[in-house]
Amino acid sequence: MNTANRLAPYMFMAPAAVIMGLCLLYPLGYMIYGSFLDWNPSQSIGEADFVGFKNYINLFFDPAFRESLGVTLTFAVSVVIAELVIGVGLALLLDRNIRGMSLLRTLFILPMMIAPVVVGLMWRYMYHPTVGTFNRFLKSIGLEGVDWLGQNALLSVIIADIWQWTPFIFILSLAALQSLPRSALEAARIDGATNWQQIVYIKIPLMMPVLIVTALLRLIDAFKVLEVILVMTEGGPGLSTEIVALRISRTATEFRELGTAAAMSNYLLILLLLLTVAMFAFTRFQDARAARLARQVQEEG
Amino acid sequence: MAEIRLEKLVKRYGSVEVLHGIELEMADNEFTVLVGPSGCGKSTTLRMIAGLESVSSGEIYVDGRPISHLDPKDRGLAMVFQDYALYPHMDVAGNISFALRLQKRPKPEIQAKVKEVAEVVGLTDFLHRKPAALSGGQRQRVAMARALAKDSGIFLFDEPLSNLDAKLRGQMRAELAVMRQTVQKNMIYVTHDQIEAMTLADRIVVMHGGYIQQQGSPEELFKRPANKFVAGFLGSPPMNFLEAELVRDADRTFVQGASFKLEVPEDKAATLAATTRQVIVGIRPSDLNFSADAEDQVALDLKVRVSEYIGAQSVLLCACGQDDVTVELKSETPIALGETLRFAVRPEGIHLFDRSTERAL
Repeated sequence: MNTANRLAPYMFMAPAAVIMGLCLLYPLGYMIYGSFLDWNPSQSIGEADFVGFKNYINLFFDPAFRESLGVTLTFAVSVVIAELVIGVGLALLLDRNIRGMSLLRTLFILPMMIAPVVVGLMWRYMYHPTVGTFNRFLKSIGLEGVDWLGQNALLSVIIADIWQWTPFIFILSLAALQSLPRSALEAARIDGATNWQQIVYIKIPLMMPVLIVTALLRLIDAFKVLEVILVMTEGGPGLSTEIVALRISRTATEFRELGTAAAMSNYLLILLLLLTVAMFAFTRFQDARAARLARQVQEEG
Repeated sequence: MAEIRLEKLVKRYGSVEVLHGIELEMADNEFTVLVGPSGCGKSTTLRMIAGLESVSSGEIYVDGRPISHLDPKDRGLAMVFQDYALYPHMDVAGNISFALRLQKRPKPEIQAKVKEVAEVVGLTDFLHRKPAALSGGQRQRVAMARALAKDSGIFLFDEPLSNLDAKLRGQMRAELAVMRQTVQKNMIYVTHDQIEAMTLADRIVVMHGGYIQQQGSPEELFKRPANKFVAGFLGSPPMNFLEAELVRDADRTFVQGASFKLEVPEDKAATLAATTRQVIVGIRPSDLNFSADAEDQVALDLKVRVSEYIGAQSVLLCACGQDDVTVELKSETPIALGETLRFAVRPEGIHLFDRSTERAL
């Protein structure tokens, strides 16, 4: 009787646990196991040779993979910084009551709602060297056209990503701004803070917790970006825009090296895991600090 | 240090006018309390002086200089907010010194000032705490210290005590009264609490519906209210109001209600216009004394319904015919519920108001 009672909770949890195991852990385990194999798509997983950490070691010294990792890092860090600056800046500018503000806000977040493939196609046409919007405009005002997706490919994909994802940071910053204590800002005005000083000393510091979480979320997302770049440049020219996600897909399909592709995925996974852990650590740290302060007040009665 | 004058101050939100031409003068070093029920325009007036609300028309003068076009920071004032409005990411010292740091004052001067005002409000041990680690009373002290540190001539308070619990509110009120004696500033204090107004003010300004109802010293307002609103707003428990008619009989004047007839003292009767008939009689609960053998024309017969014991004093809720009358008296007075007792009215305690205009007569 007693044993049955103690087992009851686990019985109830079992279906969920089984589904999670099947849907989440099985593919993950499959990939991790696959990363230790020299595995061709024509073989079943059982026929592949076990090669231990060879895939990982090869990748570590592979200049193409390293370059791809470098491109990803450059891409992710640049887009997140640029999006933060532009998104927060826009939020600071638009945090006021102007007629038609709600319509304007809706317009601003439209790019985020467009499917990535569509975004990629759209920008690819706009960047087109002869018939694209940008070069036609430049030529119409008498300037030289820019070789957008050629020599400046990485910059071009960064611009496209900024266009699509700045609204994300914009909405979250605006929400953070509007939840700031009004009276603290009024107190700052009376204390003599100019608009700029209010931003630097009051608004930004108070928005910081939201901004840090938002930046980490965007960073995690930027590391996994694939479709937009696939459609716009396919990683080219050369390896100049070949981000890791793209290289993984090419390794698996073009180079037919499933083991290596799996190992690459794991490298990316570890990187993202570190970022996620950092984000959780940050929020836990925030909560713990708030709890500590509240306890301090209570103890003093 | 600063003399403030409001001239025909008007505030409109769209087409709704909430302040209708406020005229007010506040002398240097005066403690002015704006008091009134919520929505009477007292906070709006204060926020217009602070520069947090724009002025629709009219002007605010400080020492004869118009200031309504200036930014809050250029008006030379300090303000304490209802919700303290502390900067949550700065510690107590940071909060207190923020204005001074913006002014780029030298570091030693800032440190000395922080130390000085922290001592005044008793926060010396908490300088390195964040606001989240402070209790409500301590936060209010920080807000006070932050305003003090600025050394401005005008001090604005927007309901500073209403977020505190009753006991702490009484304590902080007393501390404010003490601080008031040492700090020489022009202070404007907004509250809906008439006790705060009575205890702190040099001058009370009673507001209602966007108009100033009356201004003057607490005693003046309490003893000679200009209208029924002021009479009913100041004083606790509030004044009793009874409808009555003026009856003139030979050379004596009476007010006659459904179940009472009181004589109006001669000096008061002399000032009444001959045409006035319909009046409201106002009697404060403390102006009624238990007195079984008082004469008819100076007394009310009241049926005691409820007795509220508050310690030394008791408040009796009584019936005078159809009307309710509150009486305040010493608890040792022997009173039984349900009895009809005679209470003498102090002659100077009879206030008369015109029934249509509600103005004092």
